[in-house]
Parts: sequence; structure tokens; C-alpha cells
Amino acid sequence: MKFLLVEDNKDLANAIVSRMEMSGHVIDHAEKLEDATVFVATGEYDLILLDIMLPDGDGRAFLRQHRASDFDTPVIVLTARSQVSDRIGSLDLGADDYVTKPFDHAELEARCRAVLRRRAGNTTTAIEIGGIAFDPVAGNLVVQGQAVTLRNRELRLLELFLNAPGQIFSKNKLSDRLFSYDDDASENAIEVYIGRLRKHLQPSTLRITTLRGLGYRLDLDG
Amino acid sequence: MADLSVSGSLRNRLALTLIGGAAVLAILLFFAVRNYAVQVAQQGQNDILQASVTSILDAAVIRNNKVELDLPYSAFSMLATPADDQVFYAILQDGIHISGYDDLVFSAGVSGGNSVFETGKMRGVTIRKISASKTLIGANQRIEIQIVLAQTQDALSDTLDQISRNAAVLGIGFFALAAALSFWASSATIGQLGKLTSSVTRRGPQDLSPFSKPVPREMAPLVTSLNSLMGRLEQSLSQSEDFIAEAAHRVRTPLATVRSYAEATLQRVNKEENREAMRSMIKAIDESSRAAGQLLDHAMITFRADHLERQELDLVALTKELVLRLTPIADMKDLSLTLQGDSVVPYSGDFVLIQNAVRNLIDNAMKYSPAEGSIQVIVSASPSPQITVCDRGPGFPNDEIETLTARFQRGTNATNTIGSGLGLTIARDVAAAHGGKITLTNVQEGGACVTLSL
Repeated sequence: MKFLLVEDNKDLANAIVSRMEMSGHVIDHAEKLEDATVFVATGEYDLILLDIMLPDGDGRAFLRQHRASDFDTPVIVLTARSQVSDRIGSLDLGADDYVTKPFDHAELEARCRAVLRRRAGNTTTAIEIGGIAFDPVAGNLVVQGQAVTLRNRELRLLELFLNAPGQIFSKNKLSDRLFSYDDDASENAIEVYIGRLRKHLQPSTLRITTLRGLGYRLDLDG
Repeated sequence: MADLSVSGSLRNRLALTLIGGAAVLAILLFFAVRNYAVQVAQQGQNDILQASVTSILDAAVIRNNKVELDLPYSAFSMLATPADDQVFYAILQDGIHISGYDDLVFSAGVSGGNSVFETGKMRGVTIRKISASKTLIGANQRIEIQIVLAQTQDALSDTLDQISRNAAVLGIGFFALAAALSFWASSATIGQLGKLTSSVTRRGPQDLSPFSKPVPREMAPLVTSLNSLMGRLEQSLSQSEDFIAEAAHRVRTPLATVRSYAEATLQRVNKEENREAMRSMIKAIDESSRAAGQLLDHAMITFRADHLERQELDLVALTKELVLRLTPIADMKDLSLTLQGDSVVPYSGDFVLIQNAVRNLIDNAMKYSPAEGSIQVIVSASPSPQITVCDRGPGFPNDEIETLTARFQRGTNATNTIGSGLGLTIARDVAAAHGGKITLTNVQEGGACVTLSL
């Protein structure tokens, strides 16, 4: 997926960019509306993350203009304003969703996923490997021709592994990605999800290998 | 407005002043007319008496050194009145009574062609009398002939009575007309105030625009003051809203940066105690941003509760929008968030406030719900329009349910507002602003329900 981030706060932008890249997305960063306009005109984006208060104008003006010029790229607004007063305005202007700063990156990703799923309709971009077909946007998994229903955390776990096959993920890292910080989930909870995912992947040639003391890795059998 | 002290009525004061003025004018009019009538009538009688006495004096001649006076018939016929007034006369020669009524006294000091009018009493009757004299000159002698002529005033007083009656009718008519005009004028004047009042009353709570309709010049200063007061009010209201939004922005932006850094660092750090520190840091940031958000929301809600922006809305649609919006977050925790109940629940309330209250209830439910649990949101129209949020969490401590509810109802939980307390406080305040309440219950199979009844 290719995202455009319009955000003037460099630190926040860098954090979002690196996080999105970790999740396997390509992300361009515009610091100003002026740059954003150029980016939108030249590149095809699947999703735009738009800050409201920008040095050269109001993100909502950009949004209105964007909608008026027939671009139907979904937009998620990043707002730091009061939740009571601001959200109705941005949704009315054609934003698909919004997150209030400071946000949990997992929440942002979840919202991106939800918006993309809503917009995608029937077009699928499935990853096919080792006997499975996985559509991260729709959240569909087909193992050896059998559709499997994944819970959200199982889905995110599989997505993590598929984005970096062969890479070792520590329990800690997986736990950070799957649980929010107020969940108080023990890292052992990860084992539950690894177990479930293993069961789902059983008929395929994909294997989740446990590396004692290091973590887990997705391997392709044979 | 109940304790507004009312002192007198502008309308009554105005009407009384005008009617009092009219009464004085009516009485003055009556006396003026009557007085003038008396003068005119008296003048008429005087003229006739003068003419009569002149014709008598003209009839007096000296013949053979004697005064001869043949009273002309016309002298008395001209004095005839419809009221059959009596006429008295006396003729004197050089002060000596010759003929007529001897008790009719000639006024002293009248001589040689003069005449004097007097009003007096004779035999118990009011009379008007004229004393006139004429000097007759004969051979070697001058004879002073003096005549007193008097007439009762029955006809005159009849006429005066008539005129007085007419003047009284005129005065009363004038008074009645003036009084009616006073009432009309004071009502019309006060009516302008009434119009202004009703146009103030008719306004919606959010309408602070200045009055632009033309008003009478005398009311212009009042309306100008009112407009400037409303202008200041609107400014301070919008400043408060801007301030709350701005404060949220100022607090949240740096928190977002810190949080992003902490999260990014957490991805790189491997040492367990460092990771734990980063996690605590992120938790603290989340808690403070949630608290800041709720405090600002609460401020906004307190501020809005004073002038609710009621509109016709469907509680189901309102809740559905919220459930859709919160579903991605519920999904992250593998919670199922379901909406049940009636299909349409119309209600007239403040959309922003109710949605905020329900969001807080669902947030709380998600916070306390165990992993892969379910949260039910039930919207129903009876017994009153209400939204219930149920989770499968630990529930409320049984011995605290009563006190929790009671405490919220009494609103004395201000010391315990940070954390989950404020979510319920917001919900309670929103319910109270709409004349409703929140109820906390535990479910037998486990879990808690919060009902927001409106």
C-alpha cells in the first residue's frame, strides 16, 4: 500500500513513516499543503493521512479542494483539537475517519485498515505464498483452498510475519505490536496467538519456527 | 427571572399621567365655558336694561316747569323673558322718590348721563339693576331725573344652567375621549417594548446576533446596550470554545510527539528493564492525554449544558455512527462491539453531548472488557429513551454500586475525577442536562451495564 502523510511536525512524521514502513507500506511525507498538492498530482496513493493545522494553511481546506477535484483517495485526518468540537467538521468535509493526537500507532493502523477495507470493495490484492492466499486489506486468508476466519490479532500477527519472511521477531516486539499499552498482556499471551496461527497454517507449507531465547520466524517448508 | 423586583408599571404611570392631565383640562374647560357664558348672558341683560332705561329717560321731558314722564310701553316689553322675570323700577327727581318701588335704592354717585350696574338682592331675589340719571334743562331750572331699573335673573340662570349642562357634557366627552386616547397611546408605546421582549424571548439559545429591526428612537439606547451586551457574550462564548480547542491542541501535539518517540524507541530497545520503562512512559502519556481530553470535554460539556443545542435526532443513528467509529479499536482487542435494540429512537437533544457521553461509556466498557469479550450497546425507546452499554468485565464492586450511583447523583465526586471517574461524570452531566440520569448495574452472568436514560 502507498500512503501519503501530510504532517508538519517532523518528529511525529518520522515516527509514523518508520512505523508504516515496518508494516510494509510505502509512505511519502509532505510537510506543507503545497508539497502535498504536488505529491497528490504526481503519485497514486491508496490513503492520505492529513494533519489539520499546517504552516501554510488548514488541512480541511486541502480536504475540501481534494474532494472537489474528484480525487477519491481515502483520507484519515490527524487532529489535535478537542474531540467534541472538531470531529464533525472533518467528517462533514469528506474525511473517511480521524484520529486524535496523541494516538496509538496500532489504532492508526487499525483505522487505515478499516478505511482501506471499506474502500477496496471486491478488488483484492492477495499475497500468495506456500499454499496460502492472504489479503491483508480485506483480512481474508485462504489456506489450500479453504477460507479461514482470522481474529484481528491473528491477522496482524500473520501480516507481520508475511511482511518480513525469514526475520526473527522477539516476543517483546510481537507483544508491542499486538497489544496496546494499557492491556497489561503478558508476553506469554503471544504464545497463545502463535499457537492459533500455527494451527491455521497447518495445511500449508508455511511454518512458524520457535528460536529459543530469540523469538519466532516464518519459514517456508521445502 | 423570578427574583426580579417589579416596581410600578410604566404603562399605568403613563396612562395615569395622561388621564389626570385630561381630567384637569376637562374641568378647566367646563369652568372656562361656563364663565364665558355667564359674561355673555350678563352682557345681554345689561344691554337690554341699558336700552330700556335709556328709552325711559328719553321719555322724560320738562313741561310747564314740571317733569313729565310717560313710561314707554316698549321699555318694559323689551324686558320680557321666557321665564317671566319680574321687573322693578323707581323714578326719582333730584334724589326724591316720585314713582315705582321705593325700596329700590338708587346708587350713589351716578349723575349726568352716567349709568351703573349692580347685582343685589331685593325681597329675597337676586336682581340686576341699573341706575341712570339724566339732567333735564328747562327755563331757569335744571332737574336731575334718576331712574333705577331692576330685573330678576330667572331666565339668565335658566340659560346658565343649560349652558353649564352642555359644558359639563362637553367636558365629560373630552375627558372620555382623552382617557381612551391615553390608554391607546400608552399601550402603543409599551407595545414597542413588548415587541422587543417577545423578539428576545423567541430567540434560540444560540442566537446572539444583534437586533436589526427598526425601533423607536427612545428605545435605541436600550437596544444598543442589549446588542453590545450580546456581542460581548458571543465573543466570550466563542473565546471559551476556541480556548478549549486550542488548549487541547497545545496539550496533545507535544504528547503525540513524545509518544511517537517512545514507541519508536521501544521498537529498538531490547533490554527488559528499559522496555518496561518505555512502556510505563507510554502508559503515562496515554493516561494524561486521556485525562486532558476528558477534562477539556468536561469543560466543553459544562459550558454547553447551560445552553443545550437541542435538535431532532435518532439515538440509534447516533449510536451506530459511534459504534462504527469505535469498531477498529474494538477489533484491535478482538472485542465484539454490537448494536441492538429498537430500529429508530427519535429524541430531541444535543447531538454532540449525547455522542460524547455514549463514547465515554463505550470507552470504559472496552477498557474493562476482557480479551475477546463482547460489548453490547442497546438503544431502546421505552420506558424512556435510553442507551445501555454492557461489558463482560469484572463489573462494579457490589458493595459500591449504591454509593457510586449516589455519589454521582450528588455530584460530590470532584476529588476523584481523574481516571475512569470522569467518563461517568461526563455521562451523568450530559444525562442531567437532558433531564435524565445514569444507572449502574451488574449482570448476573458477570459484567457491568451502564444505562444512560434521557
